[in-house]
Amino acid sequence: MDILVLVKNVPEAAQADLEITDDGSAVDTDDLVFAINEWDNYAVEEAVRLKEAHGGTVTLLTLGDCEAEDVLRRGLAMGGNRAVHICDDDLEAGEPAAVVEAMAKVLAGESFDLILAGVQSSDMGHGQSAVLLAQRLGLPHATMAVGLAIDGDQVEVVRELEANTSERVRLPLPAVITVQSGINQPRYVSIMGIRKVRKIAVELHELEDLDLAATEAGASLVSRRKLFMPQAGQGAEILTGSLEEVCDQAAAIIREKGGLA
Amino acid sequence: MSAILVIAEHRGGALREATLEALGAALGLAGGDGRVVTALLADDPAPLAEPLQGCTHALRRVRHPDLAHYNPELYLPVLADIITALQPAAVLMPHSSQGLDLAPALAGRLGLPLYTDCTDLEFCDGRFTIRRPVYGGKVSQELALRPADTWVFTLQGGAFEPAEPGAADTKTEDTTLTDLAPRHGRVFLEQIESALEDVDIAAADILVSVGRGIGGPDNIPLAQELADHLGATLSCSRPVADQGWLPKSRQVGTSGKTVKPKLYIALGISGAFQHQAGMKNSGTIIAVNQDPRAPIFQVAHYGIVEDLFKVLPLLGERLAG
Repeated sequence: MDILVLVKNVPEAAQADLEITDDGSAVDTDDLVFAINEWDNYAVEEAVRLKEAHGGTVTLLTLGDCEAEDVLRRGLAMGGNRAVHICDDDLEAGEPAAVVEAMAKVLAGESFDLILAGVQSSDMGHGQSAVLLAQRLGLPHATMAVGLAIDGDQVEVVRELEANTSERVRLPLPAVITVQSGINQPRYVSIMGIRKVRKIAVELHELEDLDLAATEAGASLVSRRKLFMPQAGQGAEILTGSLEEVCDQAAAIIREKGGLA
Repeated sequence: MSAILVIAEHRGGALREATLEALGAALGLAGGDGRVVTALLADDPAPLAEPLQGCTHALRRVRHPDLAHYNPELYLPVLADIITALQPAAVLMPHSSQGLDLAPALAGRLGLPLYTDCTDLEFCDGRFTIRRPVYGGKVSQELALRPADTWVFTLQGGAFEPAEPGAADTKTEDTTLTDLAPRHGRVFLEQIESALEDVDIAAADILVSVGRGIGGPDNIPLAQELADHLGATLSCSRPVADQGWLPKSRQVGTSGKTVKPKLYIALGISGAFQHQAGMKNSGTIIAVNQDPRAPIFQVAHYGIVEDLFKVLPLLGERLAG
């Protein structure tokens, strides 16, 4: 079974102090640490597990700047066989439709039994690329998998719905499936592991050499882009004072609002 | 303006509330002179259509036995026909497990531009301006979009006021399909409700809820201890359940449980939208997080910007016994 996994290098924003660029159109990512998109990590793990169970290969594909090679190396260390990098420096403007056109161009002539990706990226959160790629390649798709089982030339997917509900669906292979976080426990990747795969060459394509038409290359769908940051602590009354004082206040609030004596 | 098309969503024989929010957004966009058209695809649309009466100008009820459950391969050809004939300015649907599965497929199939997870939509001089969260809700993005014949948008739950009956006179049009087969062969097998649980977090008066900031399973007892002092139940955000630090039955949020305790104490929870949607109606919310910009503070009543490992022992002392 030959599996393709779409991965993305994203800035780790959850704990970071984000700042907006001077023109107001983007988050300044210069000082941020980048890592594999959390959902994609689950997708890579799922692909490697399927390979271990059914044989075959795992190919990793990313579109991103030079640094994005890190996520490919990491995926190779997890058990990937092959890595393809579409290099592009203008990430923020990457509309999903343009990303998918570039990927489809690079993938022309190749075939996979299964294409996996994370449900969405933690930075832009579009949740579009994998499904758009399925349409582009004429393949069936299912999103938000929390369970996935190969059954001959079909795949059974448990899709996470709302409110502790899920559904089981079946698709013929080849298919495109997006993976929800929590589907597995991704393996640990050591520096040693990444060193071990350093000899695997990453196949590099420059986006500008792909000869995408202007509209495909994402002459953007957007004419103006402006970012807003909520004010720190907007909404909540932030308790102030020394740590002891803050905890005194919090304990009083908890007693009162929790109906405790 | 031309029409706005809303894709109705239903599950288990009931219309999903998010449909009415999409209708609220559509009526807002349509203004006085625009038309809102709703597509309802079902095996038996009549009972599902009940709550839509008066909330849409036109209701297209499409009937086929296999439309009892959502399947993109059945929805796409039906919606493609409707969109091609109607040429709506926008197609709206909830940003749900269905919307995320359907909207990109529809956009890809028909070559329409799409933005997902919108929290605000405006239409002015033939152009849409939208707002949506990025970076897990820490930043909000406002985008002025280029004109297109038809835009597709998915709408964040709770971001738009639901439509009220009486907003429009509803004209219903029925179609019964005979031939409808999945293009590739995706089939719905069954719906699964969550299994029996160790505890019902939705029944608790007080929840002590932990997020990624708790650091690891070894620190869970610290939070449990505080919960014990308060007679509270322990719950969590998605990353904690994903990593198996607490069982899935403890997860608060759109895919887990919606809770409304008297008191919700959020420890190390950043507060992504999916989490907020599950707890923002709690009586009182106290959040502890090191990051003053954590989205959880937007819904919390009281905030403590501190290392939770410094706060937990001191709070415990004060609330013990």
